[in-house]
Amino acid sequence: MMPIPPTWCVYLGTGLFTIGVIGVLTRRNVIIILMSIELILNAVNINLVAFSRYFGEVDGQIFAIFVITDAAAEAAVGLGLLIALFRNKETVNADEIDLLKW
Amino acid sequence: MVPVFYIFAALTIIAALSVILQRTPVYSALSLIVVLCSLAVLYVSLGAKFLAVIQVIVYAGAIMVLFVLVIMLLNAGRERHTEGSRLARWLGVPLLAAFLVEILSVIWNGLSSGAVAPPAPDAGPAAVGALLFRHYVLPFEVTSILILVAILGAVVLAKKQL
Amino acid sequence: MTTVSIPDVMRILPELILAGFAILVMLFEPFVPAGRKRVLGWIALLGVLVAGMAFTWAPPNAGMAFSGSIAADGFSYFFIFLFLTIAALALLGSINYLERDNIHHAEYYALILFSTVGMCFMAASAELIMIFLGLEISSLSTYVLAGFRRHDPRSNESAMKYFLLGSFATAFFLYGIAFVYGLTGTTNLVDLAADLAQPGKWSTLTRAALILMFVGLAFKVSTVPFQIWTPDVYQGAPAPVTAFLSTGPKAAAFAVLVRIFLGLAGPSGPAAFWVIWISAALTMTVGNFAALLQKNVKRMLAYSAIAHAGYVLVGLAAAMASGSTEGASAVLFYLAAYAFMNVGAFLLIAHLAGPGEGRTEISDFTGLGRAAPGAAACLTVFMLSLSGIPSTAGFFAKFYVFRASVHAGLIGLTIIAVLNSVVSVYYYLNLVVTMYMREGEPQAARTPMPLPLYSAIAASLFAIFYLGLYPNHFLLLSTLSSKPLP
Repeated sequence: MMPIPPTWCVYLGTGLFTIGVIGVLTRRNVIIILMSIELILNAVNINLVAFSRYFGEVDGQIFAIFVITDAAAEAAVGLGLLIALFRNKETVNADEIDLLKW
Repeated sequence: MVPVFYIFAALTIIAALSVILQRTPVYSALSLIVVLCSLAVLYVSLGAKFLAVIQVIVYAGAIMVLFVLVIMLLNAGRERHTEGSRLARWLGVPLLAAFLVEILSVIWNGLSSGAVAPPAPDAGPAAVGALLFRHYVLPFEVTSILILVAILGAVVLAKKQL
Repeated sequence: MTTVSIPDVMRILPELILAGFAILVMLFEPFVPAGRKRVLGWIALLGVLVAGMAFTWAPPNAGMAFSGSIAADGFSYFFIFLFLTIAALALLGSINYLERDNIHHAEYYALILFSTVGMCFMAASAELIMIFLGLEISSLSTYVLAGFRRHDPRSNESAMKYFLLGSFATAFFLYGIAFVYGLTGTTNLVDLAADLAQPGKWSTLTRAALILMFVGLAFKVSTVPFQIWTPDVYQGAPAPVTAFLSTGPKAAAFAVLVRIFLGLAGPSGPAAFWVIWISAALTMTVGNFAALLQKNVKRMLAYSAIAHAGYVLVGLAAAMASGSTEGASAVLFYLAAYAFMNVGAFLLIAHLAGPGEGRTEISDFTGLGRAAPGAAACLTVFMLSLSGIPSTAGFFAKFYVFRASVHAGLIGLTIIAVLNSVVSVYYYLNLVVTMYMREGEPQAARTPMPLPLYSAIAASLFAIFYLGLYPNHFLLLSTLSSKPLP
């Protein structure tokens, strides 16, 4: 059973990162933008885990746990903001948020 | 192990593409759950057992439930095509593609893709906990402030009457 | 194998006190009757004062704490005091504003304190995990604060934009950290510096990782081309919050930039230096020229904030080019001077804009010089200081940055910076001219300044003139503080 080289996981992470950034740049639905940011955070995590395997230590995984915690906190605040916005504007589209010049 | 990687890496990428290509937010959310779960499988194969469990329970479980709940609450339907995103699409995506090529070639040269030197670390709950509560005790405690801020923020923003 | 020791805890005492008082504010909230919420504001202010005093009376020994996570050094003390000052001024300026606009909730005070905790951790940490957590604590609190006028769509929108671009930036920062970890096997800045000091350790990937981290922080300090969110967010957020977030988190992000880039990027050669050079030049120019076109005071000050970030970057470039402490101390001096003038200006505008912040156009200030001479005079001082007129703090702040950059041999960048500050005089004076020279009835509020706001404004004015007339003491302080531990 040949183990997986960490470099492959870094490639996978780069792919996820790119997909996430494209999602943030091209999508207009705030919820989907938020999910694209989650994709980038997962790219960070797969990198951290792969490097942690590469060095044979657990530190990278600890960092990944903090990233997951942060993702939870961000999601809570972001969705709270979305609810506040929706109450006043009835939209979830980022480019209809246009009272201020974008 | 290698076939496992191929299968789940491919699944991750396909599901991730589906996240950003779907027009309906619920489908995106479900695709994101597939991404999270297949990444959890990869974590196990990399020896990160505890993290894999966290990934499924906290990430795919709690966080995604929050997403789906808000999608249902706001009744967010299909996205309409709008003109505003044109600049980002024509400028941002080519730049990003250039960046991707750059990073990949740099990784190719920068990281030795050869053998995995050290044996897989023991990353069960005991090992993770020992490190978390000794070496990383300050970040761990500070996380509680982060979560408190998030709770406060969500209440302030979303509650009808304060 | 470390456990928590008393000296370690002493080194994070201000953060602990602030967090404790923030929780106290929340605990007291249910017991305070609706009309007397300002008590909670005073409790929060007391917390800031106690944190400052605890630090002054029992200064901890310099050194590392919590297995290298916290660097208790002059650098972090300087920034912690700066953040405490900003928080105190913002709290003083908020109390009457919140009452006037009917959004008087205890959460506001708690979030200001929590955000300050996060910024203190950012400045004091020598561990990328802690820097990241501090960044997130301060960011999440400021996202919520920006949306604190919950029933005002402008405020919602401001918070949403701030949140989306802010978390996008954090994700970049994290991706950079992941690569740094992968290349060196550590996230501790001291170990990192030691590891990267070995020959042959710098590769293109290391530089790419540093640039990703720079991009993440560049969003926070709003340098071009990562400034697009700034005008919208500063305009839409409640003005006292803008006062806070245009100075505090910005200074904190600069503290991290100084710690990382001066500590690590020294041997990285010209690549990182040129990134800073170019973004400094672009940031100053774009900020100043866009500010010329603005009709709204808050928006104008937002572009001016972008321009000022550019001047600070000039100081950072000088520090990286010369390796002397002159550049870094100029950065510290600038951030402190800028904090006083910008907090003062935004707090005053919060008052003058009237209920619901209805009057923030420049034309609303027509004739204010006669209608409210005191407020107009104060605003004039803030504008003069922002434009860098001698005898104000803004002058010496710019002077030290430009001097450091000349000494570092960055003549081209200095010329761009000087030309930019000449351009900036136009739009700052435009507001002054509108207040004094144009005929008309002022739309801006003419109610007298409430006492808390008055004391905040008076303190800012005092600091501006003190730094503008006797800069030497403070320059000495910032020079002593400008060498981070790792």
